[in-house]
Amino acid sequence: MFVELNNLLNTTPDTAEQGKLTLLCDAKTDGSFLVHHFLSFYLKANCKVCFVALIQSFSHYSIVGQKLGVSLTMARERGQLVFLEGLKSAVDIVFQAQKEPHPLQFLREANAGNLKPLFEFVREALKPVDSGEAQWTYPVLLVDDLSVLLSLGMGAVAVLDFIHYCRATVCWELKGNMVVLVHDSGDAEDEENDILLNGLSHQSHLILRAEGLATGFCRDVHGQLRILWRRPSQPTVHRDQSFTYQYKIQDKSVSFFAKGMSPAVL
Amino acid sequence: MAAVATCGSVAASTGSAVATASKSNVTSFQRRGPRASGTNDSGPRLVSIAGTRPSVRNGQLLVSTGLPALDQLLGGGLAVGTVLLIEEDKYNIYSPLLFKYFLAEGTVSGHTLLVASAKEDPANILQELPAPLLDDKCKKEFDEDVYDHKTPESNIKMRIAWRYQLLPKMEQIGPVSSSRFGHYYDASKRMPQELIEASNWHGFFLPEKISSTVKVEPCSLTPGYTKLLQFIQNIIYEEGFDGSNPQKKQRNILRIGIQNLGSPLWGDDICCAENGGNSHSLTKFLYVLRGLLRTSLSACIITMPTHLIQNKAIIARVTTLSDIVVGLESFIGSERETNPLYKDYHGLIHIRQIPRLNNLICDESDVKDLAFKLKRKLFTIECITKLRSYDLRSQRYFLSRHLQRKFSVKKNPYFKEPHTLKKIY
Repeated sequence: MFVELNNLLNTTPDTAEQGKLTLLCDAKTDGSFLVHHFLSFYLKANCKVCFVALIQSFSHYSIVGQKLGVSLTMARERGQLVFLEGLKSAVDIVFQAQKEPHPLQFLREANAGNLKPLFEFVREALKPVDSGEAQWTYPVLLVDDLSVLLSLGMGAVAVLDFIHYCRATVCWELKGNMVVLVHDSGDAEDEENDILLNGLSHQSHLILRAEGLATGFCRDVHGQLRILWRRPSQPTVHRDQSFTYQYKIQDKSVSFFAKGMSPAVL
Repeated sequence: MAAVATCGSVAASTGSAVATASKSNVTSFQRRGPRASGTNDSGPRLVSIAGTRPSVRNGQLLVSTGLPALDQLLGGGLAVGTVLLIEEDKYNIYSPLLFKYFLAEGTVSGHTLLVASAKEDPANILQELPAPLLDDKCKKEFDEDVYDHKTPESNIKMRIAWRYQLLPKMEQIGPVSSSRFGHYYDASKRMPQELIEASNWHGFFLPEKISSTVKVEPCSLTPGYTKLLQFIQNIIYEEGFDGSNPQKKQRNILRIGIQNLGSPLWGDDICCAENGGNSHSLTKFLYVLRGLLRTSLSACIITMPTHLIQNKAIIARVTTLSDIVVGLESFIGSERETNPLYKDYHGLIHIRQIPRLNNLICDESDVKDLAFKLKRKLFTIECITKLRSYDLRSQRYFLSRHLQRKFSVKKNPYFKEPHTLKKIY
């Protein structure tokens, strides 16, 4: 969890809003630091987290999580974190015949199906356990990242349906939060990805867009973060607020500053 | 000998620190430290895999790509468990060279090789590997290891560095040819036959494998990709690179090389049609390959003719699914061939992506304009930067990273406006 980002977003682990969909988007740069931020943020907020990690292995998140102060192995052991490792599951599914249905079983099928098994998995993972005491505050679904599902043969509509079902369950029924990452392909003309991105942008409450600098590579400023608050349910008076900051990623934290105010320049 | 022993102990202690810090399941990003339950030895074994070294930044295990200049640009080397994607140059002249350097490095370091190609028989590819350039000390080590690895080492008493006599020697597994990281190769000579025969390699030649009628699981991958994945998975499991086979305890790296992936020879039509039937085949293949690599001690190089891929979206997806992406752009046939700026070079090399593994940041190099040239023996990568001084009577300086010399203007000592610079600035 990056303290400066919390300040910019005006939240702390204890006072985060519920029932929100946050969209993380990156264009020409790597936005995975935002995923690490939200993962450690919600683990520290004592939420039950279901993490669908499709692009990296568990040890990657675990090692970065240790730098940010959370232990993913401990969280998984106590049941706070449900981790679906896409890469390992893909190897199991493709090479060994599975008896019971697996959330990612669409990898075996020739035709693009739908993501219903994955949704069932998420619902099962986040449903409240009736053990009497409320152990975790609210459920959170984290997906890293959705563009990989397009590469694996899913259509954009199938992915949007999956997000819709998850939003209905997690955000509305269980009053939890969702955070998803989508890549913005920019001028690569990826139509499916653009459909997905536009569809999600309209549904989300908060959009964090990490962009590379328009002028190219810079050692001291790694990119620009655009924060956009949306209120899709109240289509009126409140204008969507948007802020832009530039950032530099360090070993264990990220520092944000206003445009042009990098400490290296001043 | 002494230097090797001490550096071996430093590397092993870093490895054990990494191993104890993270938990038990062995992924490719961990170094297995010294194990206490060795078979029949007295003290802790100082075991390290030849041809690898831990990264300076986070202790991750790196292998050399075969070009020390490229290793430096990639932040030390290629991490074990990752994919290096080379975007081929237009006429496929220089990318096979990088492919062969990678395999040659594996042969010299004693790694196991897996070569897959749809165009050339892997045995022929291995015959054409460049010969390593060894200085005398390494050559002696080489000859001794290749011919006398069974005889016990003579107990030479050290006269000057006598304290090092007492240190335990670094144990090397198998017929390791050289324990250095990163070698130089002579592109004009072939690798000696005995080295190739001493190496352990597996070949996958598509025309041979596709004719066999083994039942293929329906997976929406083209049959060529499915067979290749099964082959790779088989080798990884059989030879124990992922630690799951109880009979085999493997302590070596598997170097996988796949040539011309995505070309029509593999049965894929992304280079022929814009919206073909199997547009997801290649990306699915890369995903499953990534899964295989992340859970085993292997590193992979793939050359891909991305300039032929019709649908630009696929190139973007392929880039996301690979870890390191290096693009080669040769000057042959382009207008840049006659540009005096590039007259010493054969092409440009673009480092398009470097992964952030186990870390928030990566070691991106500051130098962005890199060019390569293939001299008779060596393939070099240099930085072309022109520093323009604004003083009227000063001289122009060409800074070459490799050479670091100042060249003065030959014709006229006074400042003259060159037409090449007008195009750039």
